[in-house]
Amino acid sequence: MTTPVELEQTQVDPAVDAVADEVGTEDRPWLTIVWNDPVNLMSYVTYVFQKLFGYSQDEATKLMLDVHHKGRAVVTRGSRDKVEIDVAKLHGAGLWATMQRDA
Amino acid sequence: MNGWRRSRGLVTTVLSEREAGLLRGLVGQVRDMLSARVAGTPQDELAELTGIIAGPTTAPDDRVLARLLPDFHREDATLSGGLRALHEPELLAVKEGVAAVVLDTCPARGGRVRLTDEQAQAWLSALNDVRLALGTVLDVTEDMPDELPPDDPRAPHLSVYHWLTWVQDSLIQAVSDT
Repeated sequence: MTTPVELEQTQVDPAVDAVADEVGTEDRPWLTIVWNDPVNLMSYVTYVFQKLFGYSQDEATKLMLDVHHKGRAVVTRGSRDKVEIDVAKLHGAGLWATMQRDA
Repeated sequence: MNGWRRSRGLVTTVLSEREAGLLRGLVGQVRDMLSARVAGTPQDELAELTGIIAGPTTAPDDRVLARLLPDFHREDATLSGGLRALHEPELLAVKEGVAAVVLDTCPARGGRVRLTDEQAQAWLSALNDVRLALGTVLDVTEDMPDELPPDDPRAPHLSVYHWLTWVQDSLIQAVSDT
């Protein structure tokens, strides 16, 4: 698994940001976040990541451990439509997932 | 039961009558909760004409249902509401579908269960939904003890929860064993 790309944090004029929100949507992808919860089994979460997103056993295990130890992990990223579908699939599997705009 | 194992392309186990009854009862209860949510969603003329069913825009008040049907966004209630209306009907159908697979393949009086990989995946999701429901009611935490004090009213239910955890984990191992 590759490490997530670190995006440069820069101060942006809020007014400009609002315009950018409408125009430059491709620049800031959406993220699918999976949150830690006390019920879902580590083995099940790993299995779901492999099944839904085609991750290898190693990649899926690393993401699962991130969720477990850090409380959350970004599991996919992309257009709003794609991420929306990914969150719905994770809800179908019973994982606690949300979507958000990349900061 | 002694856990799941893969045999001649199928995933199998043997359930006692009590285990089968327990499992069917729990899966049936979750399915009934989901059906009640579907029935509680008002349908308008437009939905009848187009066949496109819009779900509710607000999260369920019931905390078990709320856990089974989470919000799409943590802060943006408008976005969450819109996406819930769009996706919840299908999500409910998926969850009712996996519950139906368990009820169709789990013999009421116990005995051997034989599942294709597709059916086993449905079982995994359905078992997970039941564990989420029970875990929510029991306020399960990550450092939950194996047993609660005998005078804790949750004690017998926690042992059912731990059993379901074991059944699910065993099924994951069997499904992954290719």
